[in-house]
Amino acid sequence: MSKFLREFPTIRAFRDALSQRKFSVQEATSALLQEAQAQSALNAFVDINAELSLAQATQADANLAQGHEGVLLGTPIAHKDIFVTEGWRTTAGSKMLADYVSPFNATVVNALNDAGTISLGKVSCDEFAMGSGNEHAHTGPVRNPWDHEVVPGGSSGGSAAVIAGGLALGATGTDTGGSVRQPAALCGVCGIKPTYGVASRFGMIAYASSLDQAGVLATNADDLALLLDAISGFDAHDATSIETCQGVVNAPGRILTDYNKYLANASAGKPLAGLRIGVPKEYFGEGLNSDVGAAVEAAIAQFEALGATRVDISLPNTAYAIPAYYVIAPAEASSNLARFDGVRYGHRTKQYTDLQDLTARSRSEAFGDEVRKRIMIGTYVLSHGYYDAYYLQAQRVRRLIADGFQAAFAHQCDVIMGPVNPTVAPAIGSVAQNATAEWLGDIYTLSVNLAGLPAMSIPCGFAPGHRAQPLPVGLQLIGNYFDEGRLLAIAQTYQQVTDWHQRRPGDAA
Amino acid sequence: MKWEVVIGLETHVQLRTQSKIFSSSATRYGALPNTQANEVDMALPGSLPVLNREAVAHAIRFGLAIGGTIAPRSIFARKNYFYPDLPKNYQISQYEIPVVLGGSLNCFVGDEPHAFAVTRAHLEEDAGKSIHENFVGSDGKPCSGIDLNRAGTPLLEIVSEPDMRSAAQAVAYAKAMHALVTWLGVCDGNMQEGSFRIDANVSVRPFGQKEFGTRTETKNVNSFKFLERTILFEVQRQIELIEDGGTVVQETRLYDADRDETRSMRSKEDAHDYRYFPDPDLPPLVIAPEWIEAVRSTMPELPEQMRQRFVDALGLVPVDAAQICQAPELAQYFEVVANALPAGQGKLAANWMMGEVSAALNRDDIALNDSPITPEQLTKLLARIVDGTISNKIAREIFGQMWRSDQKDPDHIIESKGLKQISDSGAIAAMVDEVLASQPAIVQEYRAGKQKAFNSLVGQVMKLAKGKANPGQVNEILKEKLGA
Repeated sequence: MSKFLREFPTIRAFRDALSQRKFSVQEATSALLQEAQAQSALNAFVDINAELSLAQATQADANLAQGHEGVLLGTPIAHKDIFVTEGWRTTAGSKMLADYVSPFNATVVNALNDAGTISLGKVSCDEFAMGSGNEHAHTGPVRNPWDHEVVPGGSSGGSAAVIAGGLALGATGTDTGGSVRQPAALCGVCGIKPTYGVASRFGMIAYASSLDQAGVLATNADDLALLLDAISGFDAHDATSIETCQGVVNAPGRILTDYNKYLANASAGKPLAGLRIGVPKEYFGEGLNSDVGAAVEAAIAQFEALGATRVDISLPNTAYAIPAYYVIAPAEASSNLARFDGVRYGHRTKQYTDLQDLTARSRSEAFGDEVRKRIMIGTYVLSHGYYDAYYLQAQRVRRLIADGFQAAFAHQCDVIMGPVNPTVAPAIGSVAQNATAEWLGDIYTLSVNLAGLPAMSIPCGFAPGHRAQPLPVGLQLIGNYFDEGRLLAIAQTYQQVTDWHQRRPGDAA
Repeated sequence: MKWEVVIGLETHVQLRTQSKIFSSSATRYGALPNTQANEVDMALPGSLPVLNREAVAHAIRFGLAIGGTIAPRSIFARKNYFYPDLPKNYQISQYEIPVVLGGSLNCFVGDEPHAFAVTRAHLEEDAGKSIHENFVGSDGKPCSGIDLNRAGTPLLEIVSEPDMRSAAQAVAYAKAMHALVTWLGVCDGNMQEGSFRIDANVSVRPFGQKEFGTRTETKNVNSFKFLERTILFEVQRQIELIEDGGTVVQETRLYDADRDETRSMRSKEDAHDYRYFPDPDLPPLVIAPEWIEAVRSTMPELPEQMRQRFVDALGLVPVDAAQICQAPELAQYFEVVANALPAGQGKLAANWMMGEVSAALNRDDIALNDSPITPEQLTKLLARIVDGTISNKIAREIFGQMWRSDQKDPDHIIESKGLKQISDSGAIAAMVDEVLASQPAIVQEYRAGKQKAFNSLVGQVMKLAKGKANPGQVNEILKEKLGA
């Protein structure tokens, strides 16, 4: 971990230090780029362009000198390799795009550039964001900073690893079925995905369009609020982005306003008095590691101590989220990835007989196993004669799952809490032997994407890993649509009285 | 055996919009390859489609014009297939729920009015173009190229019911459709540039049989003449095939104009499974009643309404009215002339529009809007026919001079060239006498009962009068003198 981030581990602390001229953005950026090299064993960064990062730093220093006030000005961050970026390669973790440089930036990247953040580079992810362990990247597995033998989670594994490893203060991620929350949990950092449509998908390489949503990772809830607020807002380039939700305009400032309001209204002794926490019994059933379950239960008890009320609820269709997701997501993926045909950009096979052969060979050579598997499933479920039985049926299940959440929020609770992942991070290579387990592990995160709800993960303890080593456990908080500000305020309230989020790899556990 | 022909048409109409249906790229025709293709049209990673509302407004305009239902909520789907000129390798098109449902197109087949039912009209994007000729790659060697300028151009695909029973009906439908979409301004109608393309579904069945025969679909026919040839060829081919004991194969065919035949492109067995599903990048297209009303308020008077008005108010017969109402500029020109002439002269104006004016425009290959004679100038000329100053024949001569020269005042030409009609019955009688005296042989023929000889005598009088004699009077006096 760089000394800058050890001394100033949050965005606000770092920003205050910059204001006080304790160091320049240039200095910090140089140090962090060096630190990235020093920790290259993590295999988290896939492209670094020091010249570009330092140019952004120079600009940030100039803006600071002119008295610019942006709270994110000078904040060192990293971008998931699924967001297209001018200047840095965008490979989506795939050999298909190994040398691809986008002529335009993702809207999320532009928003963070405009806020004055410094991009340290692109960080690894599972190929086209398909995976839960960051083992499906063409650049090889990313290591978990807590233990280099275990996975960091996925698909935003590189994003979580650089936060946990002290290489950046924030990172962008994307969450299609848990890809922000799960790596955040496994790496002991914080991550949030907002309501579907809050952040623009323009420039996010599509995996499953109706589920994909940008998110952010950081060390604490307060930093998440700053980052998420900056990337939120309606974008005319994305027809699925939200303009207003029940009269509330989707624009930067909304989330921070809500967040501050909830924090300001909290009473001192029992800041969460009146908050009803729904705890779905389906999230604590068979398959949940007992140590993970205990850590989550302890966290919920802590919330009760802060004044919240626990309400046991049921989300009976939870189990069906897995088959529904693994029909809908591959169906959309099979179509979204059709553009990678070796004709206009990306990998092109050396030898081919005709056009069809060119496309078939290029795709076979460049796509990894997981991607090919999902393309095949998606192609199958959309085929004539199967569409109704699979895709339509999955959409009906999706509706039921969303309705289940709405019933709970309407009558029983304000927020839902539970585990993010059934286990702590597994050993690298162990999941590949049991691909079904990798899919089943997504059980607590998929429903949220199917329903389009905002959800986050915060560290809440430790549980023994495969060698009995202590590894981080994440607590999941699920809110109703547009309730990001409240979720973040609840998490922040918890983090004011706990220190799980401050633990770092190498600290005594 | 007697065969019945069954035809249904799918018409691809390129909508006249500034930008593409899902991107901000321009849609202008003829630009250098790939200069009108942005990240969306090239399907670069991370790009997303955003619907162009003007394309939707055009679809609404069309739906209202044919009396169809505008779907309050329609869905864009993805039609998945790999082809190099389709950059996303899927086409965004409306599948299960189109923007326009039902409606009908009224037209004349010959003198007979017909109403052909429209099944649906849906919005979709056009593909790019492959370039196989005169193209050199970056390595200097000849190769195929792809031009994505057309990719994403908005299309309205209009599907008819299989209600047409002859090539003539199909051509009449296609022409009326072409006239309507250009009238509405939703399409520029340029068939050479591919703005209006037709797929013809053709089958035959024994007269009296209820079930349809197996159909073939001939794609991308881009002229009315080729449409007629395509259908005639296909009907002939199918009938001969069946009568020789064969069966028609359901397939996609292409019309080859050079050889005047259709050729098989791909059979049903090779048909793609398009794996349609709703496009998750595009929310359902919701059209509120207010939007429909806003579009309705900008609608021009429809050709059908105008046709009826010309029949009722200007005394045209329906077939002539339909001809006049083929294009808005023609109808407008006509209306100016007809309204400026005395009541009851609508037919005169219509005859001139469809006769002299159309012929001159065709001959010189110019558009009506560029006509060298304005409606006001034509009105002045026709008014001289009405008031008896000149005959129709002299008027045609004057029209020719007005067309070619800078002299646009018919009165000036009549005056300076002495073309005023002779209506003095004494003068005409003198000329009749002269002709009767000089042509005893023809008079003899007439008296023998040859009616044609009378016309010949009229011609002789007109010749003597240099065409200026009032033809009615010539007839009358001649008859009188011949004692008829």
